[in-house]
Amino acid sequence: MPARISRDDVSHVARLALLELTDDELERYTEQLGAILEHATDVEALDLADVAPLSHPLPVQNVFRDDEPGDALDREEVLGQAPAAESGRFRVPAILGEEP
Amino acid sequence: MNTTSTSGWETVIGLEVHAELATRTKLFSSARNHFGSEPNTNIDPVSLGLPGSLPVLNRKAVELAIRVGLALHCEIRPSVFARKNYFYPDMPKDFQISQYDQPIDLGGWLELPTGKRIGITRAHLEEDTGKNTHVGGSGRIGGAEYSLIDYNRAGVPLLEIVSEPDIRSADEAKAYVEELRSILVAIGASDGKMEEGSLRVDCNVSVRRPGEPFGTRCEIKNVNSLRSLGRAVEYETRRQIDLIEAGEKIRQETRHWDEQAGRTTAGRSKENSEDYRYFPEPDLVPVVPEAAWIEEIRAALPLLPADRRHRLAAAAGLVHTDQPVIVAVQRGLDGLAIDAIDAGADATRVLTHVEHNLAVDGAELLTGAVLAELVGMEMGGALTATQAKTVLAELVEAARAGAQGDPAAIAKAKGFEAMDDSAIDGAIAEVIAASSDEWERFKVGDAKERGKLTGFFVGRIMKATKGKADGKVVTAKLNALADGG
Amino acid sequence: MTATALSLAGAVRSGERSAREVVQASLDAIAARDGEIHAFNTVTAERALAAADRVDARIAAGEDPGPLAGVPVALKDNLCTRGVATTCSSKILDGWDPPYDATVVSRLAGAGAIVVGKTNLDEFAMGSSTENSAFGPTRNPHDLTRVPGGSSGGSAAAVAAGFVPLSLGSDTGGSIRQPAALCGVVGVKPTYGRVSRYGLVAFASSLDQIGPFAATVADAAACYDAIAGWDRLDSTSITDPLERTSAALGRGVTGLRVGVVAEMTDERMGIAPDVLARTRAAADALASAGATVEEVSVPAAIYGLSAYYLIAPAEASSNLARFDGVRFGLRVDAPTTAEMQRATRTAGFGPEVKRRIMLGTYALSAGYYDAYYGKALKVRRLILRDFEAAYERFDVLLSPTSPTTAFELGTKTNDPLTMYLNDVCTIPSNLVGHPALSVPYGTGSDGLPVGVQVMGPALSESLLFQVAAALEGSLA
Repeated sequence: MPARISRDDVSHVARLALLELTDDELERYTEQLGAILEHATDVEALDLADVAPLSHPLPVQNVFRDDEPGDALDREEVLGQAPAAESGRFRVPAILGEEP
Repeated sequence: MNTTSTSGWETVIGLEVHAELATRTKLFSSARNHFGSEPNTNIDPVSLGLPGSLPVLNRKAVELAIRVGLALHCEIRPSVFARKNYFYPDMPKDFQISQYDQPIDLGGWLELPTGKRIGITRAHLEEDTGKNTHVGGSGRIGGAEYSLIDYNRAGVPLLEIVSEPDIRSADEAKAYVEELRSILVAIGASDGKMEEGSLRVDCNVSVRRPGEPFGTRCEIKNVNSLRSLGRAVEYETRRQIDLIEAGEKIRQETRHWDEQAGRTTAGRSKENSEDYRYFPEPDLVPVVPEAAWIEEIRAALPLLPADRRHRLAAAAGLVHTDQPVIVAVQRGLDGLAIDAIDAGADATRVLTHVEHNLAVDGAELLTGAVLAELVGMEMGGALTATQAKTVLAELVEAARAGAQGDPAAIAKAKGFEAMDDSAIDGAIAEVIAASSDEWERFKVGDAKERGKLTGFFVGRIMKATKGKADGKVVTAKLNALADGG
Repeated sequence: MTATALSLAGAVRSGERSAREVVQASLDAIAARDGEIHAFNTVTAERALAAADRVDARIAAGEDPGPLAGVPVALKDNLCTRGVATTCSSKILDGWDPPYDATVVSRLAGAGAIVVGKTNLDEFAMGSSTENSAFGPTRNPHDLTRVPGGSSGGSAAAVAAGFVPLSLGSDTGGSIRQPAALCGVVGVKPTYGRVSRYGLVAFASSLDQIGPFAATVADAAACYDAIAGWDRLDSTSITDPLERTSAALGRGVTGLRVGVVAEMTDERMGIAPDVLARTRAAADALASAGATVEEVSVPAAIYGLSAYYLIAPAEASSNLARFDGVRFGLRVDAPTTAEMQRATRTAGFGPEVKRRIMLGTYALSAGYYDAYYGKALKVRRLILRDFEAAYERFDVLLSPTSPTTAFELGTKTNDPLTMYLNDVCTIPSNLVGHPALSVPYGTGSDGLPVGVQVMGPALSESLLFQVAAALEGSLA
């Protein structure tokens, strides 16, 4: 297991997740996440060397749909639910930086 | 930018081509895949990433990905979709579903018209993003006041085709994209329209001294045309050589091609954003194409451009890298050429017509038999090259109107009857008499001088015969007259 | 409302009572007592009465109004309902009325059931007490100082309070079964893929499953039968033919092999003595009814908690990225889009949701993936192997549902890990995708309900209902 999660780690994941933390929150989350991850070290007791990961419980493959168009959503209904819209589009504040 | 010589350096290029697949609906939902619709009309809960919506994979997109894989000689593999996590407002779920470590097409190659093979690392399915329009300021992203988002494109199926770093020049990069595009179009995988964004190219460029290990590469984005691709590669090559020669290091980074300024500029540093936290997409199941399906798709593949070059070259007694062969296949007229050759027409003459006289719409409607008849008349001396060209144009017109014309009838209607020798001799005599100075110079001139004057005489004689004389015959007669008489 | 769903549907179908009358009675009960319980976020009285009138009109026209005709149902507020607010008990979905219905909502309507409202939950289904709701907690109808469990606490309480005979919840790590146990009702988590997730706002996609709450096993089976089955809109939906589970209820348990899971009946695992006693009583009842009952060890099951609290947050961190103020719900304005998104998410998500998003982001991030998420997936495989081995010897497994009876509000909110331990017996079924249900089995030393959990292999729902019916019958 890696070293205990640090304040810097928590601040890094908050940045990745687009969350802002106050100093108090940073402190508290660092402690809480540390405790949860600490508890998770109990799996160190298991021999996992030859175990294949199981990312999904469903043993199914090849699920497809046909290439047939269906009904579109009503644009006005959808834009009516948007925080801001203009000219048939969703409106957002200035986007800085180019696409990743 | 100074102009350091690029000699002594080698450019190493690998290309990532994103091709929008020609499906009717999106990769994971039944919203339409259609370019040019009114904003936000091809949308459904999945395209908008609404809470609770779930992706279901489009079988046709998988079929097209397999078609491309087979056309590029890839192995078709069991594949798994993953989530690539990053925030960007044109990406509705704030993650992109993409095949990551288990792509559907693995390890293939593509043969350029030059005969060189470019390795294909992989090709994988992923979803496209929406489109942002920047409003206010200069209309460009930097100075915009706000942006408007259209999600019509979000979820359109993309196949990202990644080449090995086997490409060595801007021209070769362009040839690769052209060849790839013609393959995609030939197999119906994509409409290949770069101007509509159906084909988008990112290029990885590095430079090195030949024989040395690869240098540090930069990825160049926003290359939207073949012309931009060539310019961007050339610019980037020079930029990197200049830096290295000035004793600096190349930083691995993403750079943006600015078509107007004609240069690449550094993008945002990716230190923080590159942690994409890929993990298997839990809402989708693995794709394991059955062998029978793959074989069915393989059996339905049309002949690919490279195969067609080889086939035409064999029929014409040429090499597949010869220019007329390449051009014939590019124009899609190789089938016509082979039919005409099979019908007994002279291969060289057929390919000359294809290369020089048939770069027109409707040429593909001609039949080999008609073209063979025309070439036969030409070879038999019944038509001059100029006349044949005129007749050919009429034949194409007729074909476009839905009929196959009759070369002999057209020639007759145009008054293109072969002149007899005495009529030609008479015309030559007239022209010589009217241009005695030139004729004296022709007679005593060396090969170079005669070459210059041949054009002068042939032109006048053709004019005098209203184009009915055969230029080759006239030239031969002029030389014979000068030497013998 | 003490009548069962099946008796109400029978009365409505026969014309003995009108759907309007039945729905009105449900609305009246809610109006009278939900002020103190707070099971509902939204009550859709007008729509419900209009839908009831349509059912009555169908009956008047001689048409078949469906097996659940006129039955009032409540929906957990993370199931999309067209034109009706779907909040996930989060501020971040403020003002959002989905433009589409979840598949289960359409199926219930098709069966003639009438939605009377949307129920409270732990924000985005993250929690075990329904205290993590942006709209305040739900209280346990058996004791208003206690929690109803969670995250589907509102749906469990709505049935326990007699507001509705049926409700739907979602279960990612026990979110149906644990509140069912704490509220003294039946709660079912079907086999992963048996009920379409289309329209369920995702928490952890590989674990989430929708299921019913009911006062009786027969009602729960009838509701399950109405919502289960293949859906083309969910790629993980199972195509296997459905068995009508209602038909299995009277089959008894003679000859069934029942395994009592050793690791889940161990006081050292924090299982309260009174809960253990009720679980043993349930095992004894099954033995008396003709089943073979033995103890069985499922060794890896106890590691489920550790695997779950990495896998579920990892998936959640990605599922909850889309709540960014761009297309729907809350937006907190800021000069740039990135700042707007950060401000919106910071203001819109509660502390537990943020905790899990960060935990999951960390588990997936560069350098930690193998140590956390990757390892958790391996543990998940081990747990599946151990369950498969157990099902070679046993038809079903038995355990407590929750380690304790309902606890008092506020007692576990400051320590996330203690709260997570509530799910120790329920989590393994989610990790392996198997079905499990909780059936009430008497009360603990405090007089509050105790539930026992019946687990089975994939697609064994009929068998689980059969065993639950036997347990229910043994108390009568």
